[in-house]
Amino acid sequence: MIGGLFIYNHKGEVLISRVYRDDIGRNAVDAFRVNVIHARQQVRSPVTNIARTSFFHVKRSNIWLAAVTKQNVNAAMVFEFLYKMCDVMTAYFGKISEENIKNNFVLIYELLDEILDFGYPQNSETGALKTFITQQGIKGQHQTKEEQSQITSQVTGQIGWRREGIKYRRNELFLDVLESVNLLMSPQGQVLSAHVSGRVVMKSYLSGMPECKFGMNDKIVIDKQGKGGTTDEPGKSELGGSGKQSIAIDDCTFHQCVRLSKFDSERSISFIPPDGEYELMRYRTTKDIILPFRVIPLVREVGRTKLEVKVVIKSNFKPSLLAQKIEVRIPTPLNTSGVQVICMKGKAKYKASENAIVWKIKRMAGMKESQISAEIELLPTNDKKKWARPPISMNFEVPFAPSGLKVRYLKVFESKLNYSDHDVIKWVRYIGRSGIYETRC
Amino acid sequence: MTDSKYFTTTKKGEIFELKAELNSDKKEKKKEAVKKVIASMTVGKDVSALFPDVVNCMQTDNLELKKLVYLYLMNYAKSQPDMAIMAVNTFVKDCEDPNPLIRALAVRTMGCIRVDKITEYLCEPLRKCLKDEDPYVRKTAAVCVAKLHDINAQLVEDQGFLDTLKDLISDSNPMVVANAVAALSEIAESHPNSNLLDLNPQTINKLLTALNECTEWGQIFILDCLANYMPRDDRESQSICERVTPRLSHANSAVVLSAVKVLMKFMEMLPKDLDYYGTLLKKLAPPLVTLLSAEPELQYVALRNINLIVQKRPEILKHEMKVFFVKYNDPIYVKLEKLDIMIRLASQANIAQVLAELKEYATEVDVDFVRKAVRAIGRCAIKVEQSAERCVSTLLDLIQTKVNYVVQEAIVVIKDIFRKYPNKYESVIATLCENLDSLDEPEARAAMIWIVGEYAERIDNADELLESFLEGFHDESTQVQLQLLTAIVKLFLKKPTETQELVQQVLSLATQDSDNPDLRDRGYIYWRLLSTDPVAAKEVVLAEKPLISEETDLIEPTLLEELICHIGTLASVYHKPPSAFVEGSRGVQHKRIPARAGSGESAESSDVGQSGPSEAPPAVIPSQGDLLGDLLNLDLAPPTATVPSVQPSMQMGAMDLLGGGLDSLLGGDIGGSPSMGAGLGVAPAAMPTALGIAPAVGGVGMPTGSYVAPKTVWLPAMKAKGLEISGTFARRGGIIQMDLTLTNKAMSVMTDFAIQFNRNSFGLAPAGPLQVLTPLSPNQTIDVSLPLSTSGPVMKMEPLNNLQVAVKNNIDVFYFSCQYPLSLIFVEDGKMERQVFLATWKDIPNDNEAQFQIKDIHLNSDAASNKLQGSNIFTIAKRTVEGQDMLYQSVKLTNGIWVLAEMRIQTGNPNYTLSIKCRAPEVCQFVFLCYELVLKN
Repeated sequence: MIGGLFIYNHKGEVLISRVYRDDIGRNAVDAFRVNVIHARQQVRSPVTNIARTSFFHVKRSNIWLAAVTKQNVNAAMVFEFLYKMCDVMTAYFGKISEENIKNNFVLIYELLDEILDFGYPQNSETGALKTFITQQGIKGQHQTKEEQSQITSQVTGQIGWRREGIKYRRNELFLDVLESVNLLMSPQGQVLSAHVSGRVVMKSYLSGMPECKFGMNDKIVIDKQGKGGTTDEPGKSELGGSGKQSIAIDDCTFHQCVRLSKFDSERSISFIPPDGEYELMRYRTTKDIILPFRVIPLVREVGRTKLEVKVVIKSNFKPSLLAQKIEVRIPTPLNTSGVQVICMKGKAKYKASENAIVWKIKRMAGMKESQISAEIELLPTNDKKKWARPPISMNFEVPFAPSGLKVRYLKVFESKLNYSDHDVIKWVRYIGRSGIYETRC
Repeated sequence: MTDSKYFTTTKKGEIFELKAELNSDKKEKKKEAVKKVIASMTVGKDVSALFPDVVNCMQTDNLELKKLVYLYLMNYAKSQPDMAIMAVNTFVKDCEDPNPLIRALAVRTMGCIRVDKITEYLCEPLRKCLKDEDPYVRKTAAVCVAKLHDINAQLVEDQGFLDTLKDLISDSNPMVVANAVAALSEIAESHPNSNLLDLNPQTINKLLTALNECTEWGQIFILDCLANYMPRDDRESQSICERVTPRLSHANSAVVLSAVKVLMKFMEMLPKDLDYYGTLLKKLAPPLVTLLSAEPELQYVALRNINLIVQKRPEILKHEMKVFFVKYNDPIYVKLEKLDIMIRLASQANIAQVLAELKEYATEVDVDFVRKAVRAIGRCAIKVEQSAERCVSTLLDLIQTKVNYVVQEAIVVIKDIFRKYPNKYESVIATLCENLDSLDEPEARAAMIWIVGEYAERIDNADELLESFLEGFHDESTQVQLQLLTAIVKLFLKKPTETQELVQQVLSLATQDSDNPDLRDRGYIYWRLLSTDPVAAKEVVLAEKPLISEETDLIEPTLLEELICHIGTLASVYHKPPSAFVEGSRGVQHKRIPARAGSGESAESSDVGQSGPSEAPPAVIPSQGDLLGDLLNLDLAPPTATVPSVQPSMQMGAMDLLGGGLDSLLGGDIGGSPSMGAGLGVAPAAMPTALGIAPAVGGVGMPTGSYVAPKTVWLPAMKAKGLEISGTFARRGGIIQMDLTLTNKAMSVMTDFAIQFNRNSFGLAPAGPLQVLTPLSPNQTIDVSLPLSTSGPVMKMEPLNNLQVAVKNNIDVFYFSCQYPLSLIFVEDGKMERQVFLATWKDIPNDNEAQFQIKDIHLNSDAASNKLQGSNIFTIAKRTVEGQDMLYQSVKLTNGIWVLAEMRIQTGNPNYTLSIKCRAPEVCQFVFLCYELVLKN
C-alpha cells in the first residue's frame, strides 16, 4: 500500500509530507526532488522507480503530488487516489497552489489522516468529510451522541457521498449532456471514423435522501420496452416522433452512486445523488452519429506555383437551431507566399505562422451552407517531396447531442419529506462540441 | 488567519522559543506553537528535542490540537521510545471516549507508533475497538491489526487478533468488511503458506455482497482479494464472473482494472465453447477502450496492462486498432505505449492504416518516439509478411531524410528484415552504404557491419568498408568489435584471396591487444577454426541462421501469466514480477492462473510457480536454433548412421499446439508409430516400392488435375558450390511428389546425391532415395521426381508449410528451405457427408473462423468448384440465395484434420468471400492461399 505522500512546490520544496509506512524514510523525499523535479526533463513516465522505491506523481499547475511505496501496490488505485486527493483539496480551499497549500497545511494533514489509513484509501467523498473535518476543532466536543453516530454511520455507510439532513427551499436539478463529436472523413465524403464521447453532468439541489431514476433513449431499454408494449400499442415507438428513437451506446461508466448491479441486470440507472455538481455518467457511441457539419473540400493545383482551394461547409441539423463558434482551419503548404481569400460569411485570414487559413463564423443556422475560396501562391522549390495535404479541421458548438442521446426522464422520489417528483424543478441542456473533426482533402 | 506563516520561522534559537510557547498557559498560543513544530517537521528540520513538551499538549479537548500532537508522535516516537510511553495513558483513555471519532482516532494513531514497548499496552484497547458498536471504530481497528502485525507479528497471533479479523469479514457493515479484507490480504502476503485468507464459497459470497455496497476503494480491496481465489470448478468460476462484470461500468479505473483482473483469471477456467465465454470476451473490450479517456497517468497504467492483455488474448481488442492511434497532445509516455500496442495488434487486415500512421510518427519531434516509430515499421515488416516490401520502401524514404537518428534506427531494423527475409531486399544495400559515415551509435554501426559481412560477396568494396572500421577498433564498443571480428572472418571465408591480411589484423587486434575476455575468446575460436579446418570454419561461420521470430519482445509465457494475475498493480506497470522490485518476503509468492476445467491439472495442486494451463502459447516449440542443430548433425550417408534423438515429449508439445489440446487432430498414429524413432534417417528398405516412379517420366503423363506451380529456384548455385536446385510440389493421383531440377554449374562432376528433410508440420518425408543414377557433369541439368510420404516425424514449423531440406553430394551438404502449397496434403477422400458437415460446422467455435477475400476471379460457381475438386477441395452442397451462390466445401488433410469452408460468389462480382473453419485455425490461412492459387491458375 501507499507508504507516504508528499506535496512539493515547483522548486521541489516539501509542503506536505506524511509517511504511513516504516519502509519510507525521509531520504525518499529528497530522492524524488533530485531525480524527478530537478531533472527538469519532460516526464517520461508517471511512475518512477528510484532505489527500489516507486514514486507515483501527478502535477497540478506547478504543484507536485507524489505517492511513494516499496510494495506492489495497485497502481491504478494510487493514481485514482491522487486525483481524488486533488478533488478533495479543491472542494475545501479552491485552487491547488503553493499559497493555498501552505495556508491549509493543518487541514491537509487532518484530511490525509482521515482518507488514507496505513496507506489504504478510506472514504474520500467531500460531502461526508465536510461533516466532521471542519477546521473548527472544538466541534467534536459539542456534538450530541446522535450527531456523532450519524456522522460515523454516514462515513462507513452505503451512501458515503451524501450527508443526511440536507434541506432546500426550492428543490431543483440541472442536467447537462455534454458531447464531443469526432470525425475523420475522406475527401469524397465517406466517414472513415466517427465517435462521440459524452458526459452527463448533474447539479442537484434536493432535500433529504432522494432516490433518483434516470432514463435516456438507450436502444437496449427502448427495444426491451418495445417488446413488452407490442401487445397494447403495436408500433407506437416507430410512430412516436421524427428522428431517431433510440441510440446504441458502446460503453458507459457511472459515478459510484449508481447501482451497477441493477444497471447490469435491468439496465436501469438508479441512485441517490451527491449534493451539488458531479458527473453522473460517461459514455461512448459510434453508430448513427449526427454529424453537425459536412466539409466539402476542392483543392486544385494550377501549375507548380499556385493552388486553388474551395471549401463548402454545410450545416446538417434543424433550421431552428444555431451553431456557434464555428472555425474552419485549412492547412496551406510550407512554401506559401501569399493567399487571397473570399468568403461569403464570417471572417477568414491566412495565418502564416500556423500554415493555415482560419475561417471563423460566429453563428450559423441549420440546413445552410457557406463557402470559402482561396488562391494560394507558392514559392517554387526544388523539394521533390509532395505536400502531404493535412486534413481540414473544424471547431464548433451546437445545442443538441450529436449522438442522438435524449434524456427521457429523471424521476425523484423522497418518501420521508413531503415533496414529490412534480415539485422538483428540472433543467436539461444539450451541448455538442467538436472533438477532432477532420476532413481529408 | 493563514497558516503559511509557520513555514517562515528560520531564526536562530527557535527551538528554545517554541519550548517556551508549548509550555504556555494559553491554549491558543500552545496550538500556534504546535503548528509551528509541525511546519518545521514538514520541511525536514529536526524538532525531536521538543518531544516532552509536545506530548504534554496531548491531554486536550481540542480535537485539532490533539490531531497535530498525534502527527508529531507518529513521526518521533521511534526516536524517543522511552518518552513515548508517556502517551500510552492518553491512548487508553481515548479508546474509552464516548465519541466514536475520538476512539477511532486513538486506535488509528496508536498503531502508527512503532515502539515495541508500547505495543503490548495497546492490545486491550485494540481488542475492545475491534468489537466496538460503531462501524467507524471497527473499520479503523481492522486496519490497526495490520499495523500491529507489521511491528510484532507474533504478538498479533498470540493475542488471537487474526481470528477476530476473520470474523469481521462477516460484519454487517461493508466498509468494515473491505478493510478487514485489506488487512488480512496484507498479513497473508507475509505468511505465504498460512491459510489465513481461508476463502471458501461462503466467504466469497459475503465478499461479493459487500462488493455492491462499499466505497470505490473497498471494491478494489475486495476485487484484488477475489483474484487470489481458486474457484472449485467452472460453474463457480462463471457465477463469480457474472457478479463481477457490473464493476466494469464503474467510473473508477482501478475498480475496472481489478475487475478485469478477476475476469481474465477466472475466464481461464471456463470451457471455451461455452456461450458465456464468448459473451465475457465481448464485454471486456469496451471498458478497456474507455480507460483510454481517463487522465494521462491512468491511461499509462491502462496501456501497460492492455499490452499484457493483448499478448494473452489478442482477440479481445483485435478490432480496436484505431483507438491506439497517437493523439498530438498525448504525453510522451502515453504515445510510446500506444505505439507498442499498435504493433501487437497489427495484422494483414489493418497494416496499411498502421503503416500510414507510423510514417507520420516518424516525422515527429520527440527523438525517442521517432526512434520507436521507425523500429515499429521494421517490426511490422517482420510480423506481416505481405507488408514487408512497403515497410522497406518506407524505411528507405526515411533514410533519405538524412536525420541522423532516423537513419541509424532504420539501419538497425533493416538488419532484422534481412534476417527474416534473406536474399530478398539486398538491392537496398547500396543506399545503406551511403550512410556509413553518419553512424555514430554502436547498435547502428554493429548492424551495418553485420550487413556488410553477411553480404560481402555482393558488395565490391566490402573489404575497404570493413577496413575503415578497423582503424579505430579499440575505441569501438564491444558490440561493434565483436561484430567486426565476425564480419571480417565471414568476408575472408567468402573472398579468401584478397582479405588474408585483413583477417590477420583483426584476429591479432582481438586476441593480443584486447583485454575483453569475450572478444579474445571469440578471436581465438575463429583463429583456431581457420587454421585447423577451413571447411568446418565455413560451416560454423556461414551456417544458415535461425529465423528470427515474428514478435521479438513478447513477454515470456510464464511471466505473462504471472503478470496477468497482477493486473492493475505496479508489477503490471513495470512488466516485472513483484519479487524484482519488492524487498523482503512480500510479493515473492508467484501467482498463477487457474487451470481450465478438464485440462487434467488439478485446480488445487499447490506447487507454486509452476504455471498452469496446457495450452501455453508457442513457447513449447523447440527454438529454431535446435532445428538447425538437428540438420547440422545429420549424417546423410545411408543407412541410418546417426539418428538424432527424437524426444517424445517434444513431439507431444508440438502436437498440442496444432491441435489446441484436441489430440485426435494430428493423427494419433504419430505417437505410436514405430518408424518414428528412426525419424529422419529413412532407410531405403522402408520405402514402399510401389511409389518408385521412374524419375524421367515424373512430370508427364500422370493423372493431373491439380494445379502445379512452376518451378522456382530453391538453392542458388552460389550458395551450394555450383549446385543449383529448383523445384515444385505436386499431388498426382494421391501421390505427393517433389519435382526437382538439378543443375551443375560448377566445373567438376557431381555424384552421390542424397536428400533428407527436417521434421515438419505434416510429417513429409522422402519415400525413396533421390534417383540421380548418373553422375551430373558440368552444365548438365537433370529432372528428378521424388515421391514423398507423410509418415515422417512431425514438428510444427513457422510458417506452417515450411520444409527444411538437406541435399548432399560428393562435394558437401547443402541446406535450404522451401514452402509447399497446403493442397499437397489434401486427401482424395475429403468429401464430407452433408449431415456431418452441418454438425461439424456448428461444433467448431466461431473464434476459429477466418474470412478471406479472393479477388478477381472470373469463373462461375460450377467452374470454380470443378477446378477446386481437382485439388481435392470438394463441394458438398450449393445454395443460391438472392443471386449469391453459396458453396459448402470440405477438405481433409493427410493427418486427419478437416477443414470446412463456405464460399460466397455473387454473380458479376469477381471477388469471392471465403469463410474457413477448422479446429486447428493455424491452417486456415494456408488453405486460403491454396484456393487463391488454384482459382487463379
